[in-house]
Amino acid sequence: MMAGMTVIVKTISRIMFPFIFLFGVYIVFHGHLTPGGGFPGGVIIAASVAMLILAYGLERIQKSTSFLHAEVLDTLGSVAIVAIGILGLIFGAYFLETVFPLGVFGQLFSGGNFLWLYIGVGIKVAAGILLILFAMLMWDRGEHK
Amino acid sequence: MILSLNYVVAMLLISAGIYCLLAKKNLVKMLIGIVVMIDGVHLFLISLGYRAEGIVPIFNSEVAPSLPYFVSRAVDPLPQALVLTSIVINICTTALALSLCIYAYKHYGTLDPSKIKELKE
Amino acid sequence: MGKAKQALNLALVAIIAATFIYSVNFTMPEFGTFPTREINGKVENSVGQLYLENATWQTGAANVVTTIVWGYRGYDTLGESTVLFTAVIGVITVLRAMRRDE
Repeated sequence: MMAGMTVIVKTISRIMFPFIFLFGVYIVFHGHLTPGGGFPGGVIIAASVAMLILAYGLERIQKSTSFLHAEVLDTLGSVAIVAIGILGLIFGAYFLETVFPLGVFGQLFSGGNFLWLYIGVGIKVAAGILLILFAMLMWDRGEHK
Repeated sequence: MILSLNYVVAMLLISAGIYCLLAKKNLVKMLIGIVVMIDGVHLFLISLGYRAEGIVPIFNSEVAPSLPYFVSRAVDPLPQALVLTSIVINICTTALALSLCIYAYKHYGTLDPSKIKELKE
Repeated sequence: MGKAKQALNLALVAIIAATFIYSVNFTMPEFGTFPTREINGKVENSVGQLYLENATWQTGAANVVTTIVWGYRGYDTLGESTVLFTAVIGVITVLRAMRRDE
């Protein structure tokens, strides 16, 4: 896992990475209008970063997306979900009540707090799967962190 | 008296998973058998809620022209929501089981389940 | 493993598969009928029909599965997020304790 691959694989994966990332973000953001949502979108985002790890080697990727970044993003996603629920408790009557406006049917910013909940879940799932991958690849190293 | 393709494939997947659990003597291969069995169960659950000549349960203007047409022709959305949760929990269980397999390999030196049963002093 | 044990395994799995396929195809309602429930002797459609009727005008979302996952059954999805978080913490702990054993 330390060594990368040949020049052809490195070039093609560097070209394809933004498109796969953008496709994953599109599936997360349109979860209330098309099939999909936070869970498959987060897996697609994690798969695009895993493709870069396979092509370039683990050392090169850890300079920009280290273990600490993935841990912080995972925690932020969980806190966002619970914070939206507690907002419903403060401004309404019960946990996870609708606090954002319902809007026009069929637009992007419609449907109450489904969009923001799915964004939180997408970040959480992507960071979680990347964290599992990092922990399984670095288990025989000296000091990680 | 008609065999339907969804149910037959789901039961064949479960049987293939049971055979893999019986015949293999490697922890990781038995884990693959468990994952195949869970996929068969998910397929069976989703095809329970099908309606004959049904449409997808998303209310677009291209799929259904009006709400009464949509209500009488859409498939059941409840098993799809429950299977979505079950797929994510399947990922978590498989990840934890694989990390325990790595731990067992480092401690015993082998992945044979008949040799791991012995207690070491 | 021996030939006799392999043949025994295959025979057992064949019997299990035949029992499953018979009991699913011929004793259940046919493939394509909406699931039904029975209340006080009257047979009507299951709870998915109620979700299909009320989901689009109670919230503003077009996807009925999203409304079920976060609107009607929101606590189950919150529990599933907790399970995902706990599994990630468990993997990191097991693989870190393995390094301290050396």
